[in-house]
Amino acid sequence: MAETMLKVEGLKRYFDVSPPWLNRVLDGSGRRVVHAVDGVSFSIERGETFSLVGESGCGKSTVARLVVGLYDPSGGQITFEGADLSGAAARRKHGDKQSRMQMIFQDPYASLNPRWRVGRIIAEPIRFKKLIQGGDKIKARVGELLSLVGLSPADADKFPHEFSGGQRQRISIARALAGQPEFLVCDEPTSALDVSVQAQILNLMAELQAELGLTYLFISHNLAVVHHVSDKVGVMYLGRLVEWAETRTLFGRPLHPYTRMLLDAIPDLDMSGRSRTPVAGEVPSPINPPSGCSFHPRCPLANERCKREVPQSLTVPGGAVACHAVQEGRLPPWHGGTVAAAE
Amino acid sequence: MAEPVLEVKNLRVEFPTRRGTLVAVDDVSFSIAPGEVLGVVGESGAGKSMTGSAVIGLLTPPGRVAAGEIRLMGRRIDKLPYGEMRKIRGRQIGAIFQDPLTSLNPLYRIGDQLVETILTHLPMTKAEARARAIGLLKEVGIPGAEDRIDHYPHQFSGGMRQRVVIALALCCNPTLIIADEPTTALDVSIQAQIITLLKRLCAEHGCSVMLVTHDMGVIAETADRVAVMYAGRIAEIGPVRDVIKHAHHPYTRGLMGAIPTISEREGRLNQIDGAMPRLNAIPRGCAFNPRCPEVFDRCRVDRPDLMRAGGSLAACWKAEEAVNG
Ligand SMILES: Nc1ncnc2c1ncn2[C@@H]1O[C@H](COP(=O)(O)OP(=O)(O)OP(=O)(O)O)[C@@H](O)[C@H]1O
Ligand SMILES: Nc1ncnc2c1ncn2[C@@H]1O[C@H](COP(=O)(O)OP(=O)(O)OP(=O)(O)O)[C@@H](O)[C@H]1O
Ligand code: SF4
Ligand code: SF4
Ligand SMILES: [Mg+2]
Ligand SMILES: [Mg+2]
Repeated sequence: MAETMLKVEGLKRYFDVSPPWLNRVLDGSGRRVVHAVDGVSFSIERGETFSLVGESGCGKSTVARLVVGLYDPSGGQITFEGADLSGAAARRKHGDKQSRMQMIFQDPYASLNPRWRVGRIIAEPIRFKKLIQGGDKIKARVGELLSLVGLSPADADKFPHEFSGGQRQRISIARALAGQPEFLVCDEPTSALDVSVQAQILNLMAELQAELGLTYLFISHNLAVVHHVSDKVGVMYLGRLVEWAETRTLFGRPLHPYTRMLLDAIPDLDMSGRSRTPVAGEVPSPINPPSGCSFHPRCPLANERCKREVPQSLTVPGGAVACHAVQEGRLPPWHGGTVAAAE
Repeated sequence: MAEPVLEVKNLRVEFPTRRGTLVAVDDVSFSIAPGEVLGVVGESGAGKSMTGSAVIGLLTPPGRVAAGEIRLMGRRIDKLPYGEMRKIRGRQIGAIFQDPLTSLNPLYRIGDQLVETILTHLPMTKAEARARAIGLLKEVGIPGAEDRIDHYPHQFSGGMRQRVVIALALCCNPTLIIADEPTTALDVSIQAQIITLLKRLCAEHGCSVMLVTHDMGVIAETADRVAVMYAGRIAEIGPVRDVIKHAHHPYTRGLMGAIPTISEREGRLNQIDGAMPRLNAIPRGCAFNPRCPEVFDRCRVDRPDLMRAGGSLAACWKAEEAVNG
């Protein structure tokens, strides 16, 4: 049986974005809290790729940061290889486990130290984890990693600002691989890359997974990329996981009305004249999320119950979905028109 | 034909380094007509951002325009003093950078930055400027704009920050927008919204756009023409349909083949093997020749310039052959 590598249960993270105390007193406004992640549960098996998709601001990066321990959860549990890693104290206790995770950040500009040469940036995890000893050997390994991501060993002597956006993204990928992680959190790893380098990186990630059994939590807004790399896909909306399913199932018969909307918005490269259906309505503010199902103001299937009651996650073959329409059996069949059901 | 909004002729951008001079942009020429969207795609590191930075006069030293001309509405702007260029930048050219953090000061609330930019360039009162700022934030799809205007950049998600930058670029109704990967950090739905917004601006205000992106879907939907860059040069340029459907340059064909699609799931994506040459080691002849599946003798000796190929221009000896029969 497959072994669960990461398990996340009821994960929450709130941010206080209140105006300063004095302003609150003067204009009588209350505290304001962003429910960035609001009760998310999923699990990832060893050697598989689980992807998160969803509109900008729905909490994907926050989930990623919680998983690798850059934020402490406001609630819920993170279990990695059976060890509880929710909270700073628990993480210290299992430092060895924590160090088996690495993260590729969404923003390659902010995540590379501008004053360090690239060689030192990439060598840092190797030195920190004492993976290789000796300057020459480390240097050789750094050169190897640079070549692996399509840069040159000679690039080790340069500073991050001497590289283009996509080249910097590749440096952060090389750094993440340097730590020989077993679990890699990839937050938009290829969004800054042109499609040919993207193909090289995605192929490389697939090879590493096949050879070393790496497990990935993958975040991308590019649904074609997600379709290509994932075993399972989770769809987030306003801090909640509204649907997850095996990739083939999710793209073949999406259930949640929001998932369907996302699939309809995929850009059209064939120029076949299909006008892409823009996602209707505005993304509501996570500070004041709508009552009940937070998708109801934009949902064509919303009824009175949807406005009142938060839908619970319902297990369906190959996944789970949180929607009253599914539970009540009033979900229309999926047109399946734009996306050919995978096989 | 109407006078182009932007005209770039034989642009060359150099970086003097300890190890010699690097040429990041080499003899690049193109123009953008009023209301036109020119898409720019190409290999990472090919010089797309450098070309954009040169146009808005924001090359980071030691990078410099070593040769060529840049004209905005017929007026030469590549030699303007800093102060004058700055005025043009806020008012006539709006810039959306690849890296949202360079355009947003982390110490200021986003509202202050928008209001300040508006007040610098437009005759408005502070209250009017704030109202306009809120309107713009709504237009780029920031939910709860009235509240969010008083937040700091780090309180936004990656995609939301990018939308704030877009609002900042649009705030003075510029005639030309240089958008460097404006939608890379955005999901498809917001992307559709931003693209629709950019298109509407083009239609309503006759505003032109230079749109750098890796996303061929976005190019297919938005651009009128597209330029494909490789190793500092334009490899192919032409109407978007021709370039996507009937690419003449082998590099363009490789790019198109590498795009993952949803209708078929291949085990492995097609990739163009090898890497783009380093700027100090560009091979003789055609820069693409070590990776080109169609390379022949001449490619290793002579460098092809852009030549007519169907409705487009392509820098490839094969394209020349095809035309001459
Ligand atoms: N440090 C913070 N302080 C306050 N609010 C925050 C902070 N970090 C994130 N948020 C808020 O939490 C929400 C989720 O942000 P997150 O970065 O997780 O989104 P995302 O899904 O990764 O979006 P994107 O696709 O744009 O990167 C957003 O509304 C954001 O403004
Ligand atoms: N300060 C610098 N010193 C030396 N070389 C530089 C410097 N800045 C950029 N370069 C080089 O100039 C070339 C062009 O960079 P540019 O940022 O224009 O690429 P790009 O086409 O925008 O790529 P991407 O798609 O990855 O953003 C790159 O090869 C880069 O390494
Ligand atoms: S619960 Fe109701 S509002 Fe929410 S997605 Fe389902 S039908 Fe739509
Ligand atoms: S000129 Fe030759 S090497 Fe260059 S792209 Fe054309 S066929 Fe290939
Ligand atoms: Mg994010
Ligand atoms: Mg760039």
